[in-house]
Amino acid sequence: MKFVHGVKADITADIVYMMCPMHLLKLDEMVRSLENGQVLEILTDYDGALEDIPQWCVRTGNEFVGMDEDEDYYKFYVRKAGNVQ
Amino acid sequence: MTKCYFDHVATNPLDPEVLNAMMPYFKEDFGNPLSVYDLGMRARDAIEKARTGVATLINAKPSAVVFTASGAEANNFALRGIALAKQNHGKHVIVSKVEHHSILNSARFLEKNGFVVTYLPVDKHGLVNPDTVKNSITKETVLISITHASSEIGTIEPIKEIAKTAKENNIVFHADGVATVGNIPVDVNDLGVDLLSMAAHQFYGPKGAGALYVREGLRIVPLVYGGIQEGGRRAGTENVPAIAGMGKAAELAKSELDKRMEHSKKLRDRIIEGILKIPNVYLTGHPEKRLPHHASFVVEFIEGEAMLLMLSMKGMYAASGSACSSKALKSSPVLLSLGVPTALAQGSIVFSLGAGNTVEDVDYLLGEFPPIINRLREMSPFAKGWGKGFEGHGEGEKCYTG
Repeated sequence: MKFVHGVKADITADIVYMMCPMHLLKLDEMVRSLENGQVLEILTDYDGALEDIPQWCVRTGNEFVGMDEDEDYYKFYVRKAGNVQ
Repeated sequence: MTKCYFDHVATNPLDPEVLNAMMPYFKEDFGNPLSVYDLGMRARDAIEKARTGVATLINAKPSAVVFTASGAEANNFALRGIALAKQNHGKHVIVSKVEHHSILNSARFLEKNGFVVTYLPVDKHGLVNPDTVKNSITKETVLISITHASSEIGTIEPIKEIAKTAKENNIVFHADGVATVGNIPVDVNDLGVDLLSMAAHQFYGPKGAGALYVREGLRIVPLVYGGIQEGGRRAGTENVPAIAGMGKAAELAKSELDKRMEHSKKLRDRIIEGILKIPNVYLTGHPEKRLPHHASFVVEFIEGEAMLLMLSMKGMYAASGSACSSKALKSSPVLLSLGVPTALAQGSIVFSLGAGNTVEDVDYLLGEFPPIINRLREMSPFAKGWGKGFEGHGEGEKCYTG
């Protein structure tokens, strides 16, 4: 897993405590709304996201920038790539 | 026999227009809202239309409305969901003593799970003092929950002031709006609440549909785990007909609110004026700051249940305390918290009005109720010398003053 700190995101989706698979649905919805090159920050407490979000990036061709941890949730960063989504 | 329904805080009849709005989702449009085909899309559209209707009624964004199966579920969701989401910041919760059982029992659940709960006292009219709220806040306080109005005594609480105090102290504030939404104007932005519970059957919608307003950006732990319904905050295949009905009922409440309030208030005042002419009967709750459709009393020397039975023999339906505590034949904790003595609290009776009630209904009640009280007092061993009133409160004292 790639850990990052201080990534500046263009938009944040706070889905802490929301049930699986909201992390994937929200990811898909939010990335669609971004311009190419913009970064989405997604906050979730769901452990499954540790595997799902990097895999989703591989599958869709978006860039998985990395993840960070807060008190009791994870922060994932995804950069929208051109020519996908 | 004349039939008069005076128990609108227990529940309301379904508005025929609401039933019409529900019917397609019982029949041809029965799809699951999560299904991708058109049948599912129509169910999904019905839910989103209802969400807009409910949101408009309380001046909220549609995305801030989470449907539940009842007002009680919304209350459980708010208390447990916020307390659990905030427990790393503190484990103190504040509620009042005039809350519904769905709040009080949720608070007890939290106590059993390591939280500390403060149960705020109220004054003789059932009002929570905002200064008492302020003084009860500690560094550990994460949630304050106060009812917007009690369905037992009708008192409307100073929610706006309490919400302001909560905000100043960075504490989440929930109001139980089950008795108020659809019955008086409720604006979540004007009130400043973070969460608000509501129930469809309190405003001519169906039973089995409620909602919790959750301010945008507020984290809440789900009460029901499962799928991604309600944006991953409340699992379970939606009760589409009931939700569609709630939406329609909300639209009607929005457009007819002023008319409904004026109608009920006129009848309420007629009931209060008429019933307080009976000796040793006292109004409970606040004389002015009360729900427009709510008239509640304690009748000395006799029991609420006996009055209800005799009224029902005459075709009139009322309540004694909340629907829940009335069934358990126990003194109402709400009345006891006002300082009403235990024996007097047994004589609780609540008349709540609705669109179907008329002046003739009220006059029928005012004609039949005094003889019922007289007859029951004749049988009551406690009624000897009743003309003197209970200790310290004789004739002329028409609002119970503790």
